[in-house]
Amino acid sequence: MQIKIDHLTKKFPDTVAVDDFTMDFESGKLTALLGPSGCGKSTMLNMLAGILPVTEGHIYFDDDDVTDMPPQKRGVGLVFQNYALYPHMTVLENICFPLEIQKVNKAERIEKAKEMAKLVQIDQYLDRLPKELSGGQQQRVAIARALIKNPRLLLLDEPLSNLDARLRLEMREEIRRIQQETKVTTIFVTHDQEEAMSISDSIVLMKNGVLMQVDKPQELYDDPKHQFVASFLGNPPINMIDGKINEDGDFELLDNSTVIKLNSKVGQVGQEVVLGIRPEAITFDEVKNAKAEIIQRYTMGKEELANIKIGSAEIRVYLSSDYTYKTGDIIEITLRDKGVFLFDKESGKRL
Amino acid sequence: MKKFNVKKFFVYFFLVIGALIMIFPFYWMIINSLKTAQDMTLYPPSWTPSNWFNFENYKVAFEKAPFALYFLNSIIVTISCLIITTFTTIMGAFAFSRLKFKGRDLIFSLLLGLMMVPFEMLVITNYMTVAKIGIIDTLFVLILPFTSSIFYTYILRNFFLSIPDSLYYSARIDGASNWKYLWRIMVPIAKPSLVTITILNAITCWNSFYWTLLVINSDAKRTLPYGLYAFMTEGGSDMKLMMAAATITIVPMIILFLFARKYIVNGVARGGLKG
Repeated sequence: MQIKIDHLTKKFPDTVAVDDFTMDFESGKLTALLGPSGCGKSTMLNMLAGILPVTEGHIYFDDDDVTDMPPQKRGVGLVFQNYALYPHMTVLENICFPLEIQKVNKAERIEKAKEMAKLVQIDQYLDRLPKELSGGQQQRVAIARALIKNPRLLLLDEPLSNLDARLRLEMREEIRRIQQETKVTTIFVTHDQEEAMSISDSIVLMKNGVLMQVDKPQELYDDPKHQFVASFLGNPPINMIDGKINEDGDFELLDNSTVIKLNSKVGQVGQEVVLGIRPEAITFDEVKNAKAEIIQRYTMGKEELANIKIGSAEIRVYLSSDYTYKTGDIIEITLRDKGVFLFDKESGKRL
Repeated sequence: MKKFNVKKFFVYFFLVIGALIMIFPFYWMIINSLKTAQDMTLYPPSWTPSNWFNFENYKVAFEKAPFALYFLNSIIVTISCLIITTFTTIMGAFAFSRLKFKGRDLIFSLLLGLMMVPFEMLVITNYMTVAKIGIIDTLFVLILPFTSSIFYTYILRNFFLSIPDSLYYSARIDGASNWKYLWRIMVPIAKPSLVTITILNAITCWNSFYWTLLVINSDAKRTLPYGLYAFMTEGGSDMKLMMAAATITIVPMIILFLFARKYIVNGVARGGLKG
């Protein structure tokens, strides 16, 4: 099902949680709502579910305007962060509950529930109570319960944040698998970039209730339209250096301590800008963009990182172990085309 | 060999003494109800009846006063109170914890404030009210003033508040109405709290005396505690008969307590709730 969000705004008494948000969610895809905490992504999800009333704007499911439709009529399945399983019911009863409300006859709903349980692989625990299950298993039950009524839209609120690291990896793939098997349009909320990057078809990045960028995960990383997008994604994080554009169209540090030659001269002379350099975007090949001093090298297992100083700016880069530079060496660095971005200082927009 | 634990010994020693002190009145009541007239004249009083199966006193007590009727009245009143109070408590607690309406918290604060007014004071206005309606000296008047309880509503409301919101929203998204959510999800989860409330309420209803004394005149409408009181004043001071009558009065509550002991102790420990 295609979801269209049209100038959606949600105001709370003292804040604006979602601000004039417009976008389309693709049908049958897994979309991540990503952003730092407090960016309005959960508010967004709750409005899609119908739990929270909308202040302004409209939500459309295909051609239906669901803005004022009560949650039970929207045909959504919602999995809460704490799973919200009914503690006094067994796994089977929990999964059956939505059908019980729809007054589906008992034999049919049990059959359907068993089918769902098999899909999420908890069919051997049907008689257990939620408290007798691990976090990951509870999560599976919650997903089965959300899916049993054939929702048009599946919403997952921070689905993995209550799980330990190993389970998280496992459940992440499970969610991907279940989504691909059922082909249900799915939106999940997360603050973990890695989670969003690894399983989603596209990512919606939000900040302070505003939509920053929607893109495929890799494109979001390779082609950020805004400084915030570039700095939110990537680990180790992107290096940001403040400076301005000099007469030659190159980048000069604010204190004039050095100049970094740019491969593409997109800025206007005198414009204050921020240069973003991904740690992997520096090489030591032929074209030389700037001089730098090695401050420190350290290994991180399979790869090696180095802090280098360009003029007065210290940045962190990947350094292949083929290089034998030592601390204190002055080297020449090369900027690759990919992973180097220039942003307007004022607006944060990519140049 | 296990070492003798002095601390434990003292703990258990005092617990045993405490338990004996608590049990003694009940023991005394029961053995005296089983004694014959001859046993009663002994001095010092004997610790055991001469015949443990002498139920003569019970028979006489039942003959002298209609205890069976009192018993029935008590049962009718208690069960009616319980059913209605539990229902209103659940509804009230749900409204004050889950529904959003204007002035909800203010109304609830006012209700809580009412708890400060002692029952003895309400008795006067309550009496005037029921006198006006003209239901004095009926069983109904024993039920009507006790069909809701702010205290129990408060306890249950707090329990309801501790149930995560997500359960509610989840149920709503699945299509459950407030009504369905209340009875299918909330009430089963709150079962331990509800059982505690019900039992405490049952004990209060069963023992209710003062109000009964005021509004009941006819012999046939008496409940057990009032009946017992009347029996003592009217039936003379035959100790063994009184003890038999008293035993009849408390037996149902003891049985109830034994059955629901686990819940009462849990509920009191959890909610800091007292009867």
